[in-house]
Amino acid sequence: MPVQTYGEKATREVFGPTLARLCEAGLDVVCVDADLGVSTSAVKFGAKFPERFFPVGVAEQNMIGVAAGLAAAGKVAFVSSFAVFAPGHCFDQLRMAVAQPRTNVKLFASHAGIVTGEDGASAEGLEDLALMLSMPPFAVLFPADSVECEQAIECAARTDGPFYIRALRPKTPIIFDDKYRFELGKWPRLRDGKDVTIIACGELVKSALDAAEILAAESIEARVFNASSLRPMDTDAVLESAEETGAIVTAEDHFVFGGLGTIVSQALSEQRPAPMEFVGMRDRYGTSGTWKELLEHFNLTPEAIAQAARNVIARKSR
Amino acid sequence: MAQASTVSIDQLKEIARSVRKHILEMTAAANSGHPGGSLSAVEIVTALYFAIMRHDPKNPAMPERDRFILSKGHATPVIYSVLAEAGYFSVDELLTFRKLGSKLQGHVIMGKPPGVEMSAGALGMGLSFSLGQALAGRLDKRDYNVYCLISDGDSQEGQTWEAAMSSAHHKVGNLVAIMDRNHIQNDGYSDFQRTPRDVREPSHLSGGFVLSDGHTANIMNLEPVDDKWKAFGWKVIRVNDGNDFSQVIPALEEARDYNEGPAIVICETIKGKGISYMENNPDFHGKAPNPEELKQGLRELGFDA
Repeated sequence: MPVQTYGEKATREVFGPTLARLCEAGLDVVCVDADLGVSTSAVKFGAKFPERFFPVGVAEQNMIGVAAGLAAAGKVAFVSSFAVFAPGHCFDQLRMAVAQPRTNVKLFASHAGIVTGEDGASAEGLEDLALMLSMPPFAVLFPADSVECEQAIECAARTDGPFYIRALRPKTPIIFDDKYRFELGKWPRLRDGKDVTIIACGELVKSALDAAEILAAESIEARVFNASSLRPMDTDAVLESAEETGAIVTAEDHFVFGGLGTIVSQALSEQRPAPMEFVGMRDRYGTSGTWKELLEHFNLTPEAIAQAARNVIARKSR
Repeated sequence: MAQASTVSIDQLKEIARSVRKHILEMTAAANSGHPGGSLSAVEIVTALYFAIMRHDPKNPAMPERDRFILSKGHATPVIYSVLAEAGYFSVDELLTFRKLGSKLQGHVIMGKPPGVEMSAGALGMGLSFSLGQALAGRLDKRDYNVYCLISDGDSQEGQTWEAAMSSAHHKVGNLVAIMDRNHIQNDGYSDFQRTPRDVREPSHLSGGFVLSDGHTANIMNLEPVDDKWKAFGWKVIRVNDGNDFSQVIPALEEARDYNEGPAIVICETIKGKGISYMENNPDFHGKAPNPEELKQGLRELGFDA
C-alpha cells in the first residue's frame, strides 16, 4: 500500500509566513537577511513587518553578528540563507556570537542536500549538519515536510537558545496531516516492525516509509523513525530499537560523516552496539540534475534503503 | 547611576594610572595575556566608562544602558580593569585573570564578568554585533548608544567592512566605533609608521616582509583609513593623540551627539603606552612582563615596587 501524502510543498515556503504569524501572535521576532529572502521566503515576513526586517546585503558573517546583537537586546532573531552559505560562510560567527554566548539566534538554512538540484555541486549543502552538530548549544532540526517545518520554526521561536533548521529547495511530498505534532528531542515512530529499524530525516523519511513497503512485500517488518530532531536526539528510541530489532539503517541527504548516521552510531557504540548501515552521500560531491534524478543517481532511493536493510539484517546473525 | 561627566581630567588620569597598574599586575600574575593593546586603549575605555557612557555597575542588565563592545577581544586586561575600577566587581578579582575557575578568561565572554556585553577573540566580529544592538535600540525606542572598540587587526577582517557598509546603510545614529590605532599587531607592524627608522621597504617587495628581528613590517597598510570610513558613509572624527583625555573626550562627545548615522573616532595611540619597554614594541602584544619588568613598570607609573 503506497504511503499516503497530502500534496507537495517546499519546506522553505513556510519560513516567512510562519514568522509573520508568530509576530502577529506577539512574539518579538526580527529577521536579518543576506539577499536570499525571496528564496527562503523571509520576504513574506519582511513585507508584513518592514521595521523588523533588516537586509544587510550578501554578507552572511555580518548577518549572524547583527542577529546576535539583536538577540542580546531581547529579540527572537531569525536569519535565513542557503546551507552552503550559512553555516558554510559564517561558521566562526555562529561559534563566537551564537553558540558560545547562547544568544537567541535561529538559523533557517534552505537549499540543503543533493536535492537542491540544477544549481549543481557548489549549491548543494552536504556538510551543514556536521558543522552545526559540532556546536553543542545548537538545537539541530531537519523537518520531513512543510507541516513539520512550520511547527519546528514555532518551536525554535518559543524556545530560548540557538537553533538550526535545515530546509529544502524542491516541493517535496507532504506526509503529515494537521494532527501531526513535532516534539523537540522526540522521534515519532511512523511505522512499527521487529526485523529492522530505519531512521531517516528530511525528505528521506518518505523514502524510508516507501522502503518499508518494499520490505513488507518480502515479509520483512521495518520500524521507521522520523529523526527530525537531531539535537536533542531521541537516544531512547535508538537504544530501544537496537534491543528490539537488532539492526539499524540511517538515511540522510548529507555526507555520511558527521550527520544523522554518526550521532546514531555514537549512541549505539557507547551504550548498545548493533549492526548499522548508512545511506547517504559518500566520497564525492553532487552535480546538476533534477532533484529526483539526483536522488536516483546518488542512490538515495527507497530501494537503496531497502537494500541497506537487507544487508544489515544479514549481518545480525554473524 | 554612574554618569560621571563631572569627573575631572586629573581624576581620570589617576584612574588611568591605576588601570595601567592592574594591566601589568594581572598579566604578570597570569604569566600571559595582552598588555600592549590594552595599554594603548586605557584612555579610550576609561573615558567611556567614567565620562561618556550611561551605565550602572549595580544594574549591568539595565535596558537603557549604553553598550560597550570590545571587538579586539584580546584586550581583556583593559576592560576588566576599567570594569573593576567602575565597581562592577572587586579589584582583587583581577589577579584571578586567566586562571581556572575565574570569571576573567583570556578573551572576553558575554556576561562574564557582568558588564561584558559580547564574546570576542576572533577579530572582526564586534561591529556587526554592535549594529544589531543599535538596531534593537531603535526598534524598541530606547535612547542608548553603542560604542564598539576596534583595532588595526579588526580593520583587516572583511566582516568589519560588511558591518561598516550596513551600519551606514541602516543610518544608525546610535552607533559609535572607536579605532585604537596603534599600528602594531600580532606579527609586528601594520604599516611603516611605527616600524624602526632604519627599515625601508625593499624596492623589489610590495606588501609585507619579515625583519631581521622576526617581526613583520607592513603587514597590511590601512591608509587612507579616514577616507575608507568616509567612503563607507561614516562620520569620521580624528584624534591625533588617543592617549590624551583632553582630545579623546571631546571627540567621543561629538560622535555620541552625532545622530544622522554611524560615527567613528579614529584614535592614534601608542601600543604599550606608559611603560617604556612596551611602547611600540610588538613583543608585548601577547606577552606578559616578567617579575623584573613588572617592578620597572610599576616604578614608571609612580607606584612603589
